[in-house]
Amino acid sequence: MLEQVDLSLVNWARAQFALTAMYHWLFVPLTLGLTFLCAFFETIYVKTGSEEWKELTKFWMRLFGINFAIGVATGIILEFEFGTNWANYSWMVGDIFGAPLAIEGIVAFFLEATFFAVMFFGWNRVSKGFHLFSTWMVAIGSNLSALWILVANGWMQFPTGMAFNPDTARFEMQSFFDLVFSPYAISKFTHATTSGFALSSFFVIAVSSYYLARRRHVLMAKRSIAVASVFGLVASLMLAFTGDEAAFIDAKHQPMKLAAMEGLWDGQTNAPIVALGIVNGMKKPGDFHEPFVFEVKIPGLLSLLANRQAGSFVPGINDLVFGNEKRAIMGAVTKIEKGKLAIKYLAEYKKARKEGDLKKASTALAKFNEYKQYLGYGHLKSPDEVVPPVPITFYSFHMMAAVGSAMILVFILYLFFTAKGSLDRNTWLYPIGIIFFLLAYAAGEAGWVVAEVGRQPWAIQGLLPVSVARTDIAPVNVKLTFFMFLITFTVLLIAEVKIMFKQIQIGPKEVN
Amino acid sequence: MIGSLDQTILQELWWILASIVGSLFLFLTFVQGGQTLIWQLARNETEKSLVINSIGRKWELTFTTLVLFGGALFAAFPKFYATSFGGAYWVWIAILFTFIVQAVSFEYRKKPDNFLGSTIYEVFLFINGSVGILLIGTAVGTFFTGSNFVLDEYNLVKWTTPLRGLEAAGNIFNISLGLFLVFNARVLGAMYLLNNIDFSDMDDFRKRTINAVFSNFIAALPFLLIVLVGLVTMKGFNVDPVTGHVNMVPFKYLKNLISMPPVLLMLLVGLGLVIFSVYTAKFKEKDSGIWFGGLGTVLVGLSIFSIAAFNNTPFYPSKADLQSSLTIYNASSSHYTLTAMTYVAFIIPLVLAYIAYVWFVMDRKKLEASEVAGPEAEEGY
Repeated sequence: MLEQVDLSLVNWARAQFALTAMYHWLFVPLTLGLTFLCAFFETIYVKTGSEEWKELTKFWMRLFGINFAIGVATGIILEFEFGTNWANYSWMVGDIFGAPLAIEGIVAFFLEATFFAVMFFGWNRVSKGFHLFSTWMVAIGSNLSALWILVANGWMQFPTGMAFNPDTARFEMQSFFDLVFSPYAISKFTHATTSGFALSSFFVIAVSSYYLARRRHVLMAKRSIAVASVFGLVASLMLAFTGDEAAFIDAKHQPMKLAAMEGLWDGQTNAPIVALGIVNGMKKPGDFHEPFVFEVKIPGLLSLLANRQAGSFVPGINDLVFGNEKRAIMGAVTKIEKGKLAIKYLAEYKKARKEGDLKKASTALAKFNEYKQYLGYGHLKSPDEVVPPVPITFYSFHMMAAVGSAMILVFILYLFFTAKGSLDRNTWLYPIGIIFFLLAYAAGEAGWVVAEVGRQPWAIQGLLPVSVARTDIAPVNVKLTFFMFLITFTVLLIAEVKIMFKQIQIGPKEVN
Repeated sequence: MIGSLDQTILQELWWILASIVGSLFLFLTFVQGGQTLIWQLARNETEKSLVINSIGRKWELTFTTLVLFGGALFAAFPKFYATSFGGAYWVWIAILFTFIVQAVSFEYRKKPDNFLGSTIYEVFLFINGSVGILLIGTAVGTFFTGSNFVLDEYNLVKWTTPLRGLEAAGNIFNISLGLFLVFNARVLGAMYLLNNIDFSDMDDFRKRTINAVFSNFIAALPFLLIVLVGLVTMKGFNVDPVTGHVNMVPFKYLKNLISMPPVLLMLLVGLGLVIFSVYTAKFKEKDSGIWFGGLGTVLVGLSIFSIAAFNNTPFYPSKADLQSSLTIYNASSSHYTLTAMTYVAFIIPLVLAYIAYVWFVMDRKKLEASEVAGPEAEEGY
C-alpha cells in the first residue's frame, strides 16, 4: 500500500491544506457572526421603522457582502482539495465523509445562495417582512453550512459510527446519528461558531470605535456597539464554556493532543497547567531534556480540567508513545506492532480471496479483525511520528486561551460604558477594541492550528495517517498549486482589505 | 422504507440525482455565458452594468449547484471522486481556479479602490465563462473517451500520464463537447438577458442581444455535430453485468440510445427545445426562450449522463486499464450511506420550491437601467 511514500509530497499537501484552510478562516468567522448581527440590526429596523437603522443595516451588509465573496472563493477549493490532494483519503473514508459535505450543499448552501440575492438586491423588490426573513435565512444558512463541515471535521478528530470493510479496503458508515451527534461534532460546531460570533462582534466594535474616535457617524456607531457588545459577551462566555468542553473531550479521545497543548511529557497525578512558558523545542520522546526553558505552573488544574476530577492522572507524551503499564496505557510502540500485523493479515486476506482460497481467507480475516483497530498505526515508521509538533501546539493553544479569556472583559467594558452612556468619554477603550479585533483573528487561526496540527500525523485520528491519505502524484504538481493559491489568495486578500477600508472610510449613508 | 431498497436501485437513483444536479448546472451556466458576452453586447457603462447585474444576481446559484454536484458525487460515488480529482489533477485545479476568481469578481468589480481595476475582474469573469466551461465539457467528454488511470487492489489511483488530465484536451470529441457547452452557455446567457432586462429605449442593445443568441447558436452547431456523430459512431466501453469484465464495443453509445428509448427521446426533445428557443428569440422576438432553452439543456444533460452510465456502461472508463473502469455499481458508497443520503434528499423539493419562489419574486419586474446606473441606482455589481 505504501511502498513509495514521498514525504515531501505529504508535507506540501499538508502545507497547501493549511494555507487554504487558514485563508478561508480569515473570512468565514466574520460571515458567521456578521450575518446574525445584520439580522439583529434589520429586525430592529423592521420593529422601529427607523430609516437610521435601515441605513445602519445596509452599511454592515455591504461589508458583509465584500467579505462573503472572498469566503466563497476560498471555500470552494477546500471541498475539492480532498479529492485533488487527498485522493486515498477520499476513497478510504468517502463513504462517511462525503455525506456531510453533500448535505451541506443541499441544506445550507442553497439557503445562503438563494436568499443572499434578496438580502442585497431585494430592498425594493420584496416586502419588508420577506426581506427580513431572507436576511435571517442567510444567517441560518451560513451557520448550517458550518454545522455540516464541522460534523465532518469532528468525525476526523473522533471517528465513530463506522467500520472497516476489508473487501473494499475502506471505512463505511454504520450510524449516521453517531456521526452527527458525536461529542466532537457538537463541540466543534459550538466552539467554532461562537468564536466567529465573538470575532464579528469585535469587527463591528472596531469599526464603530474608529468612527467614534473620528467623531463620525456617532449615533450609528453607538447603536452598533450596543448590539455587538451584547452579542459578543454572550458569544465569548459560550466560547469559554465550549472551549473547556473541547479540552475535556480531547483528554478522553485525543490525549496526545492535550499533552502537546500543555507540554506534558510525563504523565502525572495532580497535573499542573502551564500558565506561561517557553517550550524546549529540542525535547524528544524518551530523552532527559527539560520540557520547558521557563514555565509558570498552576498545580493540579490540568487534572481538574481534563478529567473534572481533582488529583486525577493525566497521561503525558512519553506514556502515549512508550506505554504505561501501571495506568493500563498502550503505547504507540505496541500499537505500531499490532498495526503491522493488521496490514499483513489484510494483504493475506485479499490475496487468498483473489486466489479463491476461502479457508485461508477466512483465517486471515479472523486474524485481521483481531488487530484491525490498529491498522492506521501499522503505516507509521517510528513511534515518534505520533507526537505532533509540541511548540506550535503549545503556543497556539496558550495564545488562543489567553485572548479568549481576555475578550470577555473587553466586551464587558464596552457594554458597561454603553449602558452608562459614557462611551464617547472613554476614548482609551477604542484602541483596545481595535486591537482585540485583530487578536480575535489570531486566536481563531491559532484554534485551528491546535485542532489540526495537534492531531498530526492523523488525517483520521488513529485510523489513517496523512502519509496514506495523500494522492499519488509528483510533488512538483502540489508545489505549483501551493504557490498558485498563495499568490491568488494573497492578491484577493489585498483587494478585499483595500475595498473594506475604503467602504469603512465612506461609511454609512447619513439620514437627515 | 428506503433501507429495504436494493443497493442497485439506490446506486441508480443517486446517479439520476447527481445527473439532475449536473444538468441543472448546465442550465445555470447562462451566468457563465453572460459573463463572456459583457464586452460583445455592451456599448456603454449602463449596458455593461445591466448585463453584469442581471446575471450577477444568479451567480451564486450556479456556483452552489456546481459545489453540490461535487458534493453529491463525493457522497454517492467516492471512488469516482478520488480517482478523477486525484488523477485528472490539473483539469480540476484549472476549473476550480476559474471559479475562485469568479466568486469575487461580481462583488469587487465596481467597488472603489478594488486593487486590480474593473477590467481585470471582467477578464476573470470571461475566463470563468470560457475556459471554465470548456474544461468542464472536456472532463465530461472523458466519460465517453476514457481516462488514463489504473486502480490497485486497494482501489488507490495511479494516473499514467504526467499531464494529469490535461491530455483530455487533445481529444477532438472532448474539446468539441467543451466548446459546444461554451457556446450553448452563451446562447442561454443572451436569452436570460432578453428575459431579465427591461430594454425600453435600448432597441440596439436588445437587437445585439437577439443576434448574440443566433450567432452563438450557429457557432455551437459544428461542435454539436461532432459530438453527436462521435457519440453514435465511436467504440464505447461496455461492462459485463455478470463478470464485471470491461471491453470495447463498436457503436456502444448508439446501442445505448436505442436500448433506452426514453433517453433517446430526452435527447431529441432537449435538442428540439434548444432549437425552438433560438427560433422564438430570433424570429419571433420572444423573451421566454431561456425557459425552453434551459429545459432543453437539462434534458440533453440528463440524456448524456444516462448514456454514459446506464445499460452496462462504465461512466468513468479507463483507457490505461479497462478493468479499472468505474461503474455506478463499483464506485458507489455503501448501502447504508446511500440510504441515509436518500432520506436527506427528500428535502430537495423544498429547496427547489423556495429557489423557484425567490426567483419569481425577484425577477417578476425586469431590471431597469435606472436601478444600476445614474443617481437613483441601487447598490449593485
